[in-house]
Amino acid sequence: MIQIRNIWKSFENKEVLTGLDLDISRGETLVIIGRSGCGKSVLLKLITGLMKPDQGEIWVNGEEITQLKRKALHHIRQKVGMLFQSSALFDSMTVEENVGFMLSQHTKLRKREIEEIVAEKLHLVDLDGTQRLRPAELSGGMRKRVGLARAIAFNPEVILYDEPTTGLDPITGLEINRLIRDLHTKLQVTSVVVTHDMDSAFSVATRMAMIHQGDVIAHGFPDEIRQIDNAVLQQFISGGNIQKIDA
Amino acid sequence: MNDLQPFQRQKLYDNRTIWIRFADGLGSHALNWTYGVGSATMLVWETLLLIFRRPLQFNLLVRQLLLIGVNSVPVVLFTGVFTGVVLATQGYHELKDLSAEGSIGGFVTTSVIKELGPMVTAFVLAGRIGASITAELGTMKVTEQIDALEIMATNPVKYLVVPRFLACAIMLPILTIFATVFGIAGGYFTAVSIFDMNGRFFMKQARNYLFIGSIIISLIKASAFGMAIASIGCYKGFTIPSAGGAEGVGKATTGSAVTSLMTILAMDALLNQLLYTVVGLK
Ligand SMILES: Nc1ncnc2c1ncn2[C@@H]1O[C@H](COP(=O)(O)OP(=O)(O)OP(=O)(O)O)[C@@H](O)[C@H]1O
Ligand SMILES: [Mg+2]
Repeated sequence: MIQIRNIWKSFENKEVLTGLDLDISRGETLVIIGRSGCGKSVLLKLITGLMKPDQGEIWVNGEEITQLKRKALHHIRQKVGMLFQSSALFDSMTVEENVGFMLSQHTKLRKREIEEIVAEKLHLVDLDGTQRLRPAELSGGMRKRVGLARAIAFNPEVILYDEPTTGLDPITGLEINRLIRDLHTKLQVTSVVVTHDMDSAFSVATRMAMIHQGDVIAHGFPDEIRQIDNAVLQQFISGGNIQKIDA
Repeated sequence: MNDLQPFQRQKLYDNRTIWIRFADGLGSHALNWTYGVGSATMLVWETLLLIFRRPLQFNLLVRQLLLIGVNSVPVVLFTGVFTGVVLATQGYHELKDLSAEGSIGGFVTTSVIKELGPMVTAFVLAGRIGASITAELGTMKVTEQIDALEIMATNPVKYLVVPRFLACAIMLPILTIFATVFGIAGGYFTAVSIFDMNGRFFMKQARNYLFIGSIIISLIKASAFGMAIASIGCYKGFTIPSAGGAEGVGKATTGSAVTSLMTILAMDALLNQLLYTVVGLK
């Protein structure tokens, strides 16, 4: 589904990704972990073409996207949903307009039909009845869930989640994990989840990859990941309880 | 020393003469400026192409028209009136020296229609609308809302720039008409009530100087200024570095107003040449 080949990305002389390779197959839920600032969000933006790599190739559904023009990219993006780390809700619109945005832009559905779909998606993230509110009136966790509802509103084939459970209470967090698993099992969605929340990671992952110093240092199925003999990785998944490691 | 950023290193070891550094600075400013003008022109070009790409989202356009129009009417009227007042006062004293104070009506009318009406309106809108467009789009940029538009397969230029561009191009001429009418009214009021002139005579003078050509010039200029204000406002908002934060938005907003003002002045000079000399309007 998605092949990432030898990707380099730097900002103002700061190397973030250095020759990263990663494959994401159709229908899997890949969890990406790594320390803060290691380039996880940047990687998601590269996959969606929001940023261009300095070097390397990214293939999505058999198309090399780093050279694509906006129109071709938009064609691909109609099938991609993304939850931003910052939620990135449109603050001039209501929750309903946010969630229904793609439907109103890319379909000829009537207002009533869009409202129904929006209500259904809001129900999935446990936010019934918030349609008329504006993003500024929501808590951080609520915003995150609106962002999630917006990401899945157009029934994407690929969903990229940037820290879906950060800032949520444990109970809501569990519900979001279940939602991610449901999308995977019922709709065979391909998912990429970036998270620091290890419980969430092991609860949703069908495969995991760890990024460290610009590259993937380990990847495998969740049980394999626990076995891999790599100090940085083991410290990360056990919550920093082993020995101190130079980052 | 190794963890210094390259640009700091360069400063530490910079032993070039001041003139070379000056030339270097000037050169890179000129390059940046040229690059800016180039990419702003690209944005205008893309906007013009996208205006004709369906669907034109009418609701977005109407919203901008209302926002720009309604918010600006009071300031534009106020500025218009006082422009007329100042013009009549100044004109009266100057013309009196030539014993030509009788032509004050014509003087006020021509000046307001051809120059001050469009100019003053554009200045007001550059400060109000241009700056607020930059602040709005800039905030959207740094809070990743523009990225969100892109992810949802929506072209930000089509969705954000086109309605603002059209609204400014349409609203500026309309507001200019308001400013012009109120400017002439301000001049009339001043001439009649302060300088004791005959109101009917003022109006007759004014009508003599009311050419259809002047009105066309006025509206063309106004519309062009509107396009410039919207384009510069949008460009400045879009080009804030995404890591710029609130500070970046603030800087760009001031920059937007200043750049618009300078562009309007330069365009005015250019359009006057074009419309009077080349096209031959009067
Ligand atoms: N637009 C940008 N401009 C400049 N530097 C950037 C930009 N975006 C990211 N960076 C830099 O790239 C590095 C990686 O950032 P990124 O947001 O991908 O980290 P992350 O792995 O998502 O961290 P976190 O877990 O805290 O979200 C950081 O050092 C950041 O400073
Ligand atoms: Mg991140």
